[in-house]
Amino acid sequence: MALDVTIENLSFWFGRQQVLKNVSLRACQKEVTALIGPSGCGKTTLLRCINRLHDLYAGASVAGKILIGEENILDAGTNRVELRRRVGMIFQKPNPFPHLSVFENVASGLRLHGLAYGRSLRERVEACLRKAALWDEVKDFLDRPGALLSGGQQQRLCIARALAIEPEVFLMDEPCASLDPVSTMHIEELIKELQEEYTVIIVTHNMQQAARISRQTAFVLHGELVEAGPTAELFVHARDSRTEAYLTGKMG
Amino acid sequence: MEQIKIASPKRNGEGIFPFLTAAAAVSMLLLVGAIFLVVLWGAWPALRAFGPAFLFSAVWNPVIDVYGAAPAILGTVITSLLALALAGPLGVGTAIFLSELAPHWLKKPVSFLVELLAAVPSVVYGVWGIFVLVPWMRTGPGLFLESRLGFLPFFQGPSIGVSVLTAGLVLTIMILPTIAAISREVMRAVPQDLREGLFALGATRWEMITRVVLPVSRTGITGALLLALGRAIGEAMAVTMVIGNANVIPVSLLAPAQTAASQVVNEFPEAFGLHLSSLLLLGLLLFMITLLINLVAVWLVYRTDQWSSGARQPGKLKGKGVAGHA
Repeated sequence: MALDVTIENLSFWFGRQQVLKNVSLRACQKEVTALIGPSGCGKTTLLRCINRLHDLYAGASVAGKILIGEENILDAGTNRVELRRRVGMIFQKPNPFPHLSVFENVASGLRLHGLAYGRSLRERVEACLRKAALWDEVKDFLDRPGALLSGGQQQRLCIARALAIEPEVFLMDEPCASLDPVSTMHIEELIKELQEEYTVIIVTHNMQQAARISRQTAFVLHGELVEAGPTAELFVHARDSRTEAYLTGKMG
Repeated sequence: MEQIKIASPKRNGEGIFPFLTAAAAVSMLLLVGAIFLVVLWGAWPALRAFGPAFLFSAVWNPVIDVYGAAPAILGTVITSLLALALAGPLGVGTAIFLSELAPHWLKKPVSFLVELLAAVPSVVYGVWGIFVLVPWMRTGPGLFLESRLGFLPFFQGPSIGVSVLTAGLVLTIMILPTIAAISREVMRAVPQDLREGLFALGATRWEMITRVVLPVSRTGITGALLLALGRAIGEAMAVTMVIGNANVIPVSLLAPAQTAASQVVNEFPEAFGLHLSSLLLLGLLLFMITLLINLVAVWLVYRTDQWSSGARQPGKLKGKGVAGHA
């Protein structure tokens, strides 16, 4: 089940430093929303607000609303553990668990939440590896350490791991940043498939990538959302001169 | 390559430096080898006189010149394992708290105190043991154990304060900082993205610790435990001061006994002849036991290192036939 993610007047601080200023954005279900902007502009911070990963660190404070469906996940009463089960995240650097096999990496979320055992666990793991277009490459190596795969395979393993617990929203933080072009292509194809079932929000530095895979693009600069719109439109007629400057390489 | 002329004529450091470092490294090996040979040389008469029976005999009698190491070796094993059993969970728990749970303002002072414990000379622990721990053990826990569990041979009285248990407790305190400090370092080295990876799947902090931090750092924790065990086995001074130094096979934890190291400390100044040789043989045994422990530690580290170092380098299996494209 996919749900819209609606961000309303979101501000975020690390200590006294304000990282996000009054950001509002709607990421629609079954669409890919790309966040672009120069390094340090707050894209990743924005992404990590959506699964409240910042809560792990002292000094983070937040104001505003983030709605997943109708529910404001920034409410004090939100169960963060349950929230993170519903919101999958793919990191910039592939982070398979080095002490676990390929199989156990994918099974880790299922075991964590007690969602599947025995035969149904094996079926779920296989289904997720197939969905992540990794099955054919690893089916004979399921008991080898997941960390011994190539970088691109590791990232797809992480996607399979996130898929296994059936989240509603996928957050991706520059998932192709450390990958070669062929692996990048594989991941991009995968993202296009994911959007048929999930809400996908992706941070990327690669504007061609944003153009290729996203329906909507949002441009973030110095913690502010400069503009957001349909990707096809934004790349051709940026309304804001700063967006145009960034897209044409005159800034950032 | 001959067309490249190096401008500066005096760059001899390039030749001398590797030689100096190699000499330093080799001299370490020679030193260890020399110590081994000297101890073996000294222990040879006892080795010839008693053979393997030295390990199993409980007789240690300078009057008739017959020596056996069973009480000392058992004392060493029991006190060390007791210390490891107590300090292991405590030290790893401290490390988990310091690395994963403690608020920021508490981490630094507690870590500092833990490392301070490691810097206290062992004789100070011995003195503290004599004046604080021994009287307390005599009346407090010792008496309690004797009266409640005294029907078991392991807790048979009378509790006089100096005992295997007291020595084990002093050793516990002494090896605790080793375990806590090294385990904390190892846990801090667990990449943050692995922690976040499990958090992002919806893990609680407890699940993250038990499913990521501990398994990923288990090699290092094992190393810390073995290092601590080595220290406990070799510790002489503090143990000598609180164990009571009785040459008996230790059965009751509340009774005095001795360890190999404490026996050497006690008798070395007055020993000569076969007696001295037997003490050196005891030293040789200690030397070999600690060597064995270190070998096991290195083997463990090497075995698990193969995957954990490969872990962060993608593509290692490519040559072995993973059907990869990247």
